[in-house]
Amino acid sequence: MKKFAAALAIIAMTALPALAKGYTISFNQIVEHPALDALRKGVQDELAAQGFEVSYNIHVAQGNISTANLIARQILGENPDLVVSIATPTSQACAQVIKKIPIVFAAVSDPVGAGLVPSLEKPGGNITGTTDMSPVDRQVDLIREFLPGLKRLGVIYNSGEANSVSIVKALKQVCDQLGITLEEATIANSAGVYQAAKSLVGRSDAVYIPTDNTVVSAFEAITKVGYESKLPIFAADVDSVGRGAIAALAVDYYQMGRQTGEMAARVLKGADTAGMPVETLREFQIHLNPASAKKMGVEIAEAMLKRADKIVE
Amino acid sequence: MTWYAFLGALEQGCAYGLMVLGVYLTFRILDFPDLTVDGSLPLGAAVSAVAITAGIDPFVSLAIAMAAGFLAGMVTGVLNTKFRILHLLASILTMIALYSINIRVMGRPNMTLLGKGTILDPLYGAGLSPSVAAPLLFGGICLLAAGFLMWFLHTEFGLAMLATGDNKQMITSQGVNTHNVIIIGVGLSNALVALSGAMLCQSQGAADVNMGVGTIVAGLASVIVGETLIGDRSINRAIIAALLGSIIYRLAIALALGLKLGRFSFTPSDLNLITALLVVTALTAPKVRRRLRFR
Repeated sequence: MKKFAAALAIIAMTALPALAKGYTISFNQIVEHPALDALRKGVQDELAAQGFEVSYNIHVAQGNISTANLIARQILGENPDLVVSIATPTSQACAQVIKKIPIVFAAVSDPVGAGLVPSLEKPGGNITGTTDMSPVDRQVDLIREFLPGLKRLGVIYNSGEANSVSIVKALKQVCDQLGITLEEATIANSAGVYQAAKSLVGRSDAVYIPTDNTVVSAFEAITKVGYESKLPIFAADVDSVGRGAIAALAVDYYQMGRQTGEMAARVLKGADTAGMPVETLREFQIHLNPASAKKMGVEIAEAMLKRADKIVE
Repeated sequence: MTWYAFLGALEQGCAYGLMVLGVYLTFRILDFPDLTVDGSLPLGAAVSAVAITAGIDPFVSLAIAMAAGFLAGMVTGVLNTKFRILHLLASILTMIALYSINIRVMGRPNMTLLGKGTILDPLYGAGLSPSVAAPLLFGGICLLAAGFLMWFLHTEFGLAMLATGDNKQMITSQGVNTHNVIIIGVGLSNALVALSGAMLCQSQGAADVNMGVGTIVAGLASVIVGETLIGDRSINRAIIAALLGSIIYRLAIALALGLKLGRFSFTPSDLNLITALLVVTALTAPKVRRRLRFR
C-alpha cells in the first residue's frame, strides 16, 4: 500500500489551482483539427472583441470518448463561468455531468438527435449553442448549377459518425424531392476512402463529400479518382476545395466560432440558456477550384466565378 | 487535479475495472490475446442503451448486455477452437464484425441516454450527489465481480482454465475438453467487458460506436500497471491488482489533463504522450527503486 500512498502524494502535489482573472471558460474539444481549432479561435476573438477578460482552460480529448468524459469531470472541478463543448460526443459528456454551469456547444449537426436539447427553439436547460448542420439543399443546388443534368449523386461517408448519418438522411430527402438518385458508399476508416470513391465511378454523375472527419482526412484519394475518371467532386467544407474539390458551399468554422462567442457573451452577461434558441449559421461561403474543375471535366460559368468568396489557384 | 476530477477518475477506473478483469481473464489466465473487447465494450453500451430506451429496467439492461457480450466472446472462441483460426485473428474478425452489428443494434452510430433512467437513479434518490454516487455503485459492482472471479477461478472449471492457459497438452491428457474451456472463458471475459460498456454509457449519457477504440490498450496497460505496483503472487492478489491498475491508469490520464508546470505548458495535443510517460514511470519506478536498494 506504500506505493499507492506515494502515488496519491504525487497527485496531491500537482493539484495546483489555476489563477483566474475576470471570467473563466473551459473548452472540451474532441480532437485538434483545422476547422475545430478555427472555431475555438473564433469564440476567443469574439469575446476579446467584446471586451471580455477571460482566462481559458483548453482540453482536447485526442479523439477518445472516455477522455472526453473525464474532461467533463475535470471541468466540474475547475468551476468555470461557462463551458464551451466542441462536437457531439464532448457535448454529450458535458451535458451528462455539468448541470449547474451554462454550456454552449458548437459543431453539433443534430442537437436534438444527440439528446442535448428537447427542441432547437426551446433548449430549456443549462445548455444551448450553434449547430453546423450542412445546408444540404443549397449545396445540392450549387452542384446542379455546375451539372444541370444531374441524375445520380454519389456520397461517401463513415456510417459510424453520427453527424454524417444525419447529413446523409437530409441529403436523401433533398435528392428524392429533386428526382436525383443517391448512390451511397460507406467506409469504416480512412484507408477505405480510395476504394469507396472508385466504387462510385460509373454509377454517379458527381460526388458529394459531407463534413465527415474520416472521409475528409483522406480527401486526396478522392481527388485522385476524380481526376482519373473525370468524376466531379464537391465538398461540404471549404478546406477540401484546396485539396481538390471543385467547389464547396459551407460553414466557415471561424465565423461559426464568432457566432458561438456572441452567444457565450450573452450568457456571461446574464442571459439564461434555457430561453436561448439553438442557432444555425447565418452566412455560408462559396470556394472554387477552377484547375480541379478542368481536370474533372466541368466548366465554370463566368457568373459563378464572380459569386465565389474565394478562388483557389 | 481537483476533487471532482479525482472522483471522475475513480468512477471511470471502476467502470473500466470490469473490462480490465475481463482482459486479465483472457490475457493472463487463458493466455489468449483477445481484441474482441474493442467491439464488445460498445456492444454492451449499445444493448443497454437500446434496452433502456425500450423501457426495460436499467439493471435488467446490464444483464442483457452481459449476455450479448458473452455471445460475442463465444464467437471468437468458436472461431479459434473449432475453425482453427489464430486467436489474434479470430478476435479481430469478431471485433470488426461487431462494428457493423453495433450500428445495427442502435440503428444509428450514436444513441443518447440523456434524460433517461439509469442504474444511478436509486442512489440519487437517496440524496447522493452524482459525482459520489457513480464511483460508489461502480466500485461496489467491481468488488462483487472480483469476488465472483476469485471464487470462480478456484472451482474445478476455473482450475481447468488456469491449466489450459499454462499447458494445453498436459490438461488435454487429463481428459479436459480445452475447446469448451476456451469458448466459455472468452465468453465470460467479454460478458464482463460488455457490462463495463453498459455502465460507461449510463455514466456518460450516450452509447457511441467509436467508444471502444483503444479498449485493449487501456486494458493491457491497466493489467500490467497493477501487476507492477501491487504484484501478482496469488490469483486473488492479481485480481485486486487488475482493478487497482484500472483506477491508477485513469488517475494518470486525469493527472495529465490537469498538468501545469509553471511557465512551460503542455499543449492539449500532448495528452497521449503525457499519459504514456506517466504509465511508463509507474511501470519502471519499482524496478529502479529495487536497483538503488541493492547498491
